Amino acid sequence: MIVQALIDQGVDTVFGYPGGAVLPIYDEIFQQNAIRHILVRHEQGAVHAAEGYARSTGKPGVVLVTSGPGATNAVTGLTDALMDSIPIIVLTGQVPTFMIGSDAFQEADTVGITRPCTKHNWLVKETDALSGVIHEAFHVATQGRPGPVLVDIPKDVQFATGTYHAPKPSVSHYQPKLKGDMEEITELVAAIEKAKRPIFYTGGGVINSGPAASQLLRELVKVTGFPITSTLMGLGCYPASGENWLGMLGMHGLYQANMAMHDCDLMINIGARFDDRITGRIDAFSPKSIKAHIDIDPSSINKVIKTDIPIVGDVGHVLEDILKVWKSRGRKTNSEALAKWWAQIEEWKTVDCLKFTQKGKTIKPQHALVRLEELTKKHDRYICTEVGQHQMWAAQYLGFEDPNRWMTSGGLGTMGYGFPASIGVQMAHPDALVINVAGEASWLMNMQEMGTAVQYRLPVKQFILNNERLGMVRQWQELLHGERYSHSWSDALPDFVKLAEAFGAKGILCADPDDLDDAIMEMITHDGPVIFDCLVEKHENCFPMIPSGKAHNEMLLGEAETQGVIDSKGSVLV
Amino acid sequence: MSPLKIKKGSTSHSAYNLRPTFSDVVERHTLAVLVENEPGVLARVIGLFSGRGYNIDSLTVAEVDHTGHLSRITIVTSGTPQVIEQIKAQLGRIVSVHDVHDLTVEGASVERELAMFKVVGQGDKRVEALRLADIFRASVVDSTLESFVFEITGAPDKIDAFADLMRPLGLTDVARTGVAALSRGE
Repeated sequence: MIVQALIDQGVDTVFGYPGGAVLPIYDEIFQQNAIRHILVRHEQGAVHAAEGYARSTGKPGVVLVTSGPGATNAVTGLTDALMDSIPIIVLTGQVPTFMIGSDAFQEADTVGITRPCTKHNWLVKETDALSGVIHEAFHVATQGRPGPVLVDIPKDVQFATGTYHAPKPSVSHYQPKLKGDMEEITELVAAIEKAKRPIFYTGGGVINSGPAASQLLRELVKVTGFPITSTLMGLGCYPASGENWLGMLGMHGLYQANMAMHDCDLMINIGARFDDRITGRIDAFSPKSIKAHIDIDPSSINKVIKTDIPIVGDVGHVLEDILKVWKSRGRKTNSEALAKWWAQIEEWKTVDCLKFTQKGKTIKPQHALVRLEELTKKHDRYICTEVGQHQMWAAQYLGFEDPNRWMTSGGLGTMGYGFPASIGVQMAHPDALVINVAGEASWLMNMQEMGTAVQYRLPVKQFILNNERLGMVRQWQELLHGERYSHSWSDALPDFVKLAEAFGAKGILCADPDDLDDAIMEMITHDGPVIFDCLVEKHENCFPMIPSGKAHNEMLLGEAETQGVIDSKGSVLV
Repeated sequence: MSPLKIKKGSTSHSAYNLRPTFSDVVERHTLAVLVENEPGVLARVIGLFSGRGYNIDSLTVAEVDHTGHLSRITIVTSGTPQVIEQIKAQLGRIVSVHDVHDLTVEGASVERELAMFKVVGQGDKRVEALRLADIFRASVVDSTLESFVFEITGAPDKIDAFADLMRPLGLTDVARTGVAALSRGE
């Protein structure tokens, strides 16, 4: 029945790990061919793989794990998906209903534990209700602001026979509002017509709204001529090669993007949530602007930053209406002021905040990414990352032309996300080039998934920028803690080439900038999983950087500016 | 507003004021939250308050519509206007929540609470307790030669006032239900 419900929901791939409490479901999976099951090596890997699958396809990812430790191991992935609004359906086994509460073997209060880290969850105690709950779970996970859901299914409920209900047009009371309020939209259009220094500030909501939303955004940017920046989660909704692109904003965002956010007079937030990595010091955040905020989740509005024009609705629907209203009112913008604004932006761009010098025999991590970009940008390419400096460099130096091509852990910042995510992406796109830009420390957190990659012959490329440090931790210790590098390096790293070989995969070591291009080409052309161990400069810091407790126009651009920049008030912030 | 008449589909029929004027003054608000009567729903609501650091001054919950599987949670909470708006929006996000009403801002409402007081004493104090109970229209629901249990219904401040008066007269135990509230009129 469960497998039938998944098939009827259009599921083709399930990531999972069997155990006592889900054996009846695994028995069903064994006896069918419609759904592929991918055996991961750890339940956290299953959830991240499902996230990678979901982010790169726009479809929900499905996970199947057992009770107790199976469920608790999934918690990090669930929280990650909740923070980044990724639709995931996790099915967990549970001890039989008559044993619940008896501290049975591998029993855990799964719905209790996962309540704060799912959008919604269910414990199904009657077999007749099972199919309905699974259909409802897909509805809740994908409608409104997407998110992870969990269905906990006791083993006796799995064994019993019951009535199957096919999915039907939703009877659920959960029906989020999609259309924005026309009055607010008209007010925003009026602001667009008058704005002297406007900026689009876009986020993951554009990508979650679907490819059509990205198309509408591109049209809106083109016809208005406004500059556009994006959060980490929104990269790809507007092409990096686009004329109006300023680059990513935020703590490690580009100079021109942050300066434009600070000085703008109209900020149009589309599907972003004023995260603290974006705003920096709140009372100094874009002090002169009218702020419009388009979000499908009413609780995002006014949560952090007071909004002048709030629009609750789906990004795609709202953008369509904005375009319609703006065109019907005569397609006006304040072009004279806009030209001045662009001149100012061009001046900021000349700061060239991402410049670096590759010299000597040590590879700069930025250089490695520039070469990776150059050699892979023409491919059908998907990029995943782990969390840390490499993640920020990847966001800065790689170009994203389309949505759903960039998988990274934004809100939760989960080290160990990227490798399993790349497995999920490769499952969904078997012929694409899937690269996980990693740091060696993050990568080791879920390295067991090498077994999965090799077993399913997934040619995922693990591009490890190896500085033998927890680079971002080290950077903060340098800036904030008097260069006392407490536990931010590893003394016993594996030989990654041998590690790859131990799993039956290919390992490549590159330490010389002159060898880099050939090594990257070797990685791309190898038909199978590759661990690319790129030894990079150990003490490189990630710039630009808005230090904690500072405003957008107080960015650090390089090493020379780092002494004593964070005061005691800022140092308590993360 | 009848709890049974609240329209489903909360976001299109919402109480959220997205353009509040923010101040730093802490306000007390009474929220009526209509929820699906299912296991764990109260934990979801309480978990939201504890997880996000909001205050609960009082909370009552009971099923109000058996056929529709709906319960009504009445929450008295306090916070700055921005926090109150966040609380309402966050409550509205919970999938099992059908509707959120802020009775404090949506026109006039009535609030009632039921309380029971055990007062132990003899002689004059006992007589005085009985006399005051009469003034407050509290009824005696249990009596021994040395104690009374009074039942009183009213707005929370009336119950507070009664408790203050009973304290010197031998008040030993208090049980309060928390606030139940409805808007006035249709």
